[in-house]
Amino acid sequence: MKYLLLINAGATTAEGGAEGCTPADWMEYDKAVRDAGILVSGESLADLVTATVVTVAPDGRRTVTDGPYAETREVLGGFYVIDVPDLDVALDWAARCPGARGGGNIVVRPVADFG
Amino acid sequence: MVERVFREERGRLLAALARRFGDLDLAEEVTSEAIEIALNRWPVDGVPPKPGAWLMTTARRKAVDRLRRDKSYAARLAVLQVEADRAGPAPAADADGELPDDRLQLFFTCAHPALPAEDRVALTLRCLAGLTTPEVARAFLVPTPTMAKRIVRAKQKIREARIPFRVPAADELAERLPGVLQVTYSIFTEGYAASSGADLQRVDLAEEAIRLARILRRLMPSDREVAGLLALMLLIHARRDARTGPGGELVLLDEQDRGRWDRTMIEEGRSLVVAAVTGGPAGPYGVQAAIAALHDEAATVETTDWPQIVALYDVLLALTPSPVVALNRAAAIAMRDGPQAGLDLIDELAGEPLLRGYHPYLVARADLLDRLGRRADAAAAYREALATAGTTPERRHLERRLAAVESAGS
Repeated sequence: MKYLLLINAGATTAEGGAEGCTPADWMEYDKAVRDAGILVSGESLADLVTATVVTVAPDGRRTVTDGPYAETREVLGGFYVIDVPDLDVALDWAARCPGARGGGNIVVRPVADFG
Repeated sequence: MVERVFREERGRLLAALARRFGDLDLAEEVTSEAIEIALNRWPVDGVPPKPGAWLMTTARRKAVDRLRRDKSYAARLAVLQVEADRAGPAPAADADGELPDDRLQLFFTCAHPALPAEDRVALTLRCLAGLTTPEVARAFLVPTPTMAKRIVRAKQKIREARIPFRVPAADELAERLPGVLQVTYSIFTEGYAASSGADLQRVDLAEEAIRLARILRRLMPSDREVAGLLALMLLIHARRDARTGPGGELVLLDEQDRGRWDRTMIEEGRSLVVAAVTGGPAGPYGVQAAIAALHDEAATVETTDWPQIVALYDVLLALTPSPVVALNRAAAIAMRDGPQAGLDLIDELAGEPLLRGYHPYLVARADLLDRLGRRADAAAAYREALATAGTTPERRHLERRLAAVESAGS
């Protein structure tokens, strides 16, 4: 069963680590996910200011705007897709993620299976 | 009578099938089908030698049939089969006719923290207590379709997010068991002190919670908090008949006819308290049960061991610091050291957001002002408490006290 871990990081420091964890913590976590053989995919996202929003109106007209702007202190900082047996295992991996600390949180979403 | 047997059997079947097929809906349907077949056939053919195993086999066959018929299920069945094989051979339970009891797994699934709190209680009542959806709806005083929707949504989350049917490993148990106990206790407290409605107590719900706790106790005989929870509920429930007067009105602890307390239940509760508080530091349910035992053992309010109760509240406050525990401790101190000492503590708690508009807080404050003879303040406090009274008997009790204060003042 695949789960998406959405990493909503708390305030980041100049070094790129969130409060309560260091870049070394992230590297260690990333290695652990890979070594466990559960990694499907995962990326760290570039800074939020580089984000762009596209919407298409009913008449087909395309609108491109800057944003979105974070409405809370947490911003989507990256994600993992992991393949594990059940929600409890996914929650364990989410709890180990450095992004869950320092005011951040991880949203765990099962990936819909249409197979 | 037959129904009671099936009710017990139903929970076990449901748990075993849910675990095997990972789908509560399917498990419920085939469990009901198997019981229905049994109800038709057993009176004619006689009860089979291993009724539990018979029901299980019948239900399992029904489940497999259904999965085969439904294409979208077929793929899942294949996956489940592979996973079941990987997890090891199915327990060879049918050999002696004794089915393994999977209800503990179901308790943990129904109380999973990934589910909304109110859904956990509803699911536990539905799946483990065996209440029908309309019965669960009645317990929560919501329309049946609303409750049906909630139960469907919860089951969908269990299935689609794949909340596992398992008992957490030892290192996780300490974190997860309180959730299971909390669900059971919530059912009890809703029964003990209904939050709304015409009746003060819902004895049926309280008894359902006690039944669930007894199952938990059988499944986890060495857990002391399970013993503590069962003890607590028995020791409180023992007073049920004395808690209401002839007109259904609330009778407080100090006015209750203690001769109407259920001695058998108190004795059972007391022996469970011993199990809950010996052999290591007691947990919150064990401590609360010990407090309830001290109340139940006393012949009168005056001869109650208040110093010991205050000491236990100190322990409880350290274990689970909360304004509500602090409020109860203040009430006990009022009994030990007099109403002024209690009122001082209660007024210190006035700023707690959790206690703002909290009915028992307002009642306790009114009562202490009353006992101090501050009639005008007491009358105002009773009026404030009346504004938050949830049930009719509570309201009547407060009106009576208010009238007494007012007439004494004039």
